[in-house]
Amino acid sequence: MDIELTDSIEIASSYSRPFLLELYERMVLCRQFEDRVKLLFLEGTMPGTIHQSQGQEASAVGVCAALGQDDYITSTHRPHAHALAKGLTAEEMMLELFGRSTGCCKGKGGSMHIGNMDKGMVPAIAIVGGGIPLATGMALSFKLRQRAQVVACFFGEGASNEGAFHEGVNLASIWSLPVIFVCENNLYGASTAISKTTRVPRVSQRAQSYGIRGETIDGNNVLKVYEAVQRAAEECRSGQGPVLLELLTYRRVGHSRRDPAHYQDKGEQAFWFARDPIEMFRKSILQRGDLTEADLQTIDARVTQTIEDAIAVAREAPFPTADDLTQDVFSMELKS
Amino acid sequence: MKHQSIAEALREAIAEEMERDSDVFCIGEDIGVPGGFGGAFTVTLELEKRFPDRILDTPISELGFIGAAVGAAMMGMRPIADVQYSDFLFLAMDQIANNAAKLRYMSGGTIRIPLVIRAPVGATGRGSQHAQNMERFFIGIPGLKIVAPSNAYDAKGLLKAAVRDDDPVMIFEHKLLYGSKGARAESGTTNASSDIPDEDYVVPLGTASVRREGSDVTVLAWLLMLYESLAAAALVESDISAEVIDVRSLAPFDWKTIGDSIARTGRVVIVEEGPITGSVSAELAAGIMERFPDKLVAPVMRVASADVPAPFSPVLENMYRPDRQRIADALRAIVA
Repeated sequence: MDIELTDSIEIASSYSRPFLLELYERMVLCRQFEDRVKLLFLEGTMPGTIHQSQGQEASAVGVCAALGQDDYITSTHRPHAHALAKGLTAEEMMLELFGRSTGCCKGKGGSMHIGNMDKGMVPAIAIVGGGIPLATGMALSFKLRQRAQVVACFFGEGASNEGAFHEGVNLASIWSLPVIFVCENNLYGASTAISKTTRVPRVSQRAQSYGIRGETIDGNNVLKVYEAVQRAAEECRSGQGPVLLELLTYRRVGHSRRDPAHYQDKGEQAFWFARDPIEMFRKSILQRGDLTEADLQTIDARVTQTIEDAIAVAREAPFPTADDLTQDVFSMELKS
Repeated sequence: MKHQSIAEALREAIAEEMERDSDVFCIGEDIGVPGGFGGAFTVTLELEKRFPDRILDTPISELGFIGAAVGAAMMGMRPIADVQYSDFLFLAMDQIANNAAKLRYMSGGTIRIPLVIRAPVGATGRGSQHAQNMERFFIGIPGLKIVAPSNAYDAKGLLKAAVRDDDPVMIFEHKLLYGSKGARAESGTTNASSDIPDEDYVVPLGTASVRREGSDVTVLAWLLMLYESLAAAALVESDISAEVIDVRSLAPFDWKTIGDSIARTGRVVIVEEGPITGSVSAELAAGIMERFPDKLVAPVMRVASADVPAPFSPVLENMYRPDRQRIADALRAIVA
């Protein structure tokens, strides 16, 4: 079960330059978005709270790169990278985080419920484990309608101790549903270490008890994640789902905005910070020879500009009105 | 025209809707096992023979399968989920309250959840955990529509309206009104059968119905308490002219029908099976006093259960459940 966590990424020659650049740009977008959002909170202009995902970009981007446009994801209280990876724009997200009426959820969702069904992302479910039975039901609809779609269901290792995990995975397994259960194991449920909450060393071992395939992957290696999800998606589409993937990763930031993460062990931090998913990938693609430092700097700068443009739009966008408060509760209003 | 029990009328409604729309399916425990029960109260009996792929028997897993129903509904299916006893809804509360009811609003109005949940209520000799009138726990959750049919005609028409509605609809049914037969028959039942037209019809959600006209006092009741209220009205009819309204829609309330009646009578008695505190009748009473203060000539009165868990002993259970005598006493008191 145990896997080797290397600090370099091997890149098969079959990967094209544009594909690698796309992965790199998506991950940089996730990182810069989160870093910039953190500053906006610190300066006090952004409302609400945030749960950030710096350090987990390879998981979000690797998973979504292996999915088609028709495929869906469900997400968690830590959804920004998932959303950007699935194709939501920085602008529609920034608008939502600023609570504006033109945000992707009209300012009614916010950070913890960000999503866009047209882009295959269910508004994030911020109750830990709450998206798991939901994903099972989405996959049930694909099966009943004989569609080749899959749903990738993101959750943290903490959710694997929720009853919703057991019930959702069990249902998906008895009906062979096309769900990829993606456990992002960042070692902490809020501040509590997995060693204090879970006796089995690997969350993927739990697959055995449902009679499904489980696999643990280096979640900071974007290509390993991509390949694992490709395999899992293929199995799901051919009726051999569901699959449980455990992506080992690490949060470079606290659980939520004011958490300095003092509970993270210093040695553990050093190990994981040296395995930063973006830095590892950057180094590896530069070794390929057909990419230069300048290419990557161009991307970095483009991403920065995209985010700054999004912030500028969001700051000027209209807030929802009193009329908006009572809209969108029902599809078909009844008189009362 | 035929004469049917509620169980038969619901069964026919489900079959007709499944025939009409291939997106309709049933999901629940013991609902389609050959040689089994057809659900706890025979509503889906033998439907698996007609729809082998769309009557989905689940593990004992209310959180899981209600969550799956929400997920499938979100993708455009029209699930009818069935819990054996409404008390079990607590197990699925997160999926109902946090997902089904909120996803449309959180998504800025882009998601529809055309979900139906059916749940039997009422104290019936089974002790505290298979006895609650659970409707009270859901009427205050924005995003849910709630109905409670007291006869077979309404059961069929409301179920059809619920299936065709694009929002989550909960249907609370009373165990003593089903008219279930054979091994699943209940003792002490009330006849709630109706003439059922041959042609397709719906009973619109959101509507109450005047069951007995009167001029001195308005009685508001639903499910089994409707029958006790009608009996009480008959007991006192030489002295008091009581109008009895089947509230039928618990979210939203039909304030037009209720208000028109109060404008004529000036007095209201609300009758509810279930503890009086935090009840549906509490919300009705508050709503009436806010909306029709000038029409009332006496304070609103309530007849409901004591604030105790539903007891087992038939002697205690009969004290717990309001009956025609207690209602008649209230009618005499309010006109005195």
